[in-house]
Amino acid sequence: MNKTILDLWVGLFVIVGIAALLFLTLKVGSMNTVNNSDSYEVVARFENIGGLKTRAPVKSAGVVVGRVVDVRFDNEVYEAAVTLRLDKRYAFPKDTSAAIMTSGLLGEQYIGLEAGGDSVKLKDKDRILITQDAVVLENLIGQFLYGNAQEGAPK
Amino acid sequence: MLKQAIERLGNRTLQGVGRIGFAIRFFVAILLHSGTAFRRFGLTIREMYFSGVQSLIIILVSGLFVGMVLGLQGYETLQTYGSEDALGILVAMSLVRELGPVVAALLFASRAGSAITAEIGLMKATEQLSAMEMMAVDPIARVVAPRFWAGVISMPLLAALFSAMGIFGGYLVGVQLIGVDEGSFWSQMQSAVDFEQDILNGVIKSVVFGIAITTIALFEGYDAPPTAEGVSGATTRTVVTSSLAVLALDFVLTAFMFRGLS
Repeated sequence: MNKTILDLWVGLFVIVGIAALLFLTLKVGSMNTVNNSDSYEVVARFENIGGLKTRAPVKSAGVVVGRVVDVRFDNEVYEAAVTLRLDKRYAFPKDTSAAIMTSGLLGEQYIGLEAGGDSVKLKDKDRILITQDAVVLENLIGQFLYGNAQEGAPK
Repeated sequence: MLKQAIERLGNRTLQGVGRIGFAIRFFVAILLHSGTAFRRFGLTIREMYFSGVQSLIIILVSGLFVGMVLGLQGYETLQTYGSEDALGILVAMSLVRELGPVVAALLFASRAGSAITAEIGLMKATEQLSAMEMMAVDPIARVVAPRFWAGVISMPLLAALFSAMGIFGGYLVGVQLIGVDEGSFWSQMQSAVDFEQDILNGVIKSVVFGIAITTIALFEGYDAPPTAEGVSGATTRTVVTSSLAVLALDFVLTAFMFRGLS
């Protein structure tokens, strides 16, 4: 076969292959791993984290602002210590509250941040003081049944 | 009787270990003699045409159909839970993480690996390799190494094309045919597929598979008895061994890459 035609085909093959890789990178995946350099970490303690896992998103007003990087059990206060890595572009007031929420009824769990009114911002290694635990479906059903039983009790 | 059986077992084991050792030395020799493959890159480009470009059709068509089947089957299952919006995640994840690298590697082994073995085996049977040695041309540097590097370069490109084509097939069936919402198909896919975790690991897998397949194919060809049966047996062994190697390596790589991830 003619050498230039061969070169042309191989060149086309390489271009199409790299285009496919780029398509996978840009259109299918996203570089949503927050880098170490432009992020800061804060810790939040919860009594119950439900099914929260590392790499779960941290959202504020529905926008992803960071990720959960570590979930540990703190043996001193018997609570879960969750480390959040937040993007440096977003600064939150010191009295921001963190809540564990569920997207949809059975969806994945994420941490929702609600900004407070403090003028001092959260810094690296700070702790979020106001937290709200995950809603455990069984407890909720239990409460509902208990409430109904009380309502139905003879007066 | 028993003594004979044990002797046969011992003989088999020794031969097997010997072959593995020979294959590893062969692999090291390829790496050591790779200079020519890069200095005279035309040789490698020629082999990329035969193993890469000519595998394009089978890779693209199979990728499209695998993606379309994933779209149909995934929709059927997800619909039961009312979460057909996650179809994009299912199609993209399964293709980028597993099916893309593995199926592309299996196709590559049967399409290009067998051809490499047959070619090298015949070159040996017709004493072309010995002729080269007589002319002080190193057959490993001139014949084997360019084919090795061509396979190693082609494999990740083919796997990426397979995945991209499969996602397109899933999009065709899921969005165009069934009517899953286009926005949620792409956006859920984007938020779930991570560059490092999924795409980069898929590329690493396909590079490893490329190394394994081409090494096995080249070794079987180089080691084949110089007869018609010898070459045909070696070609069969290439397809069988490299397919098994791909599947086994896939398990090992997956265990390392995705262990401990939720």
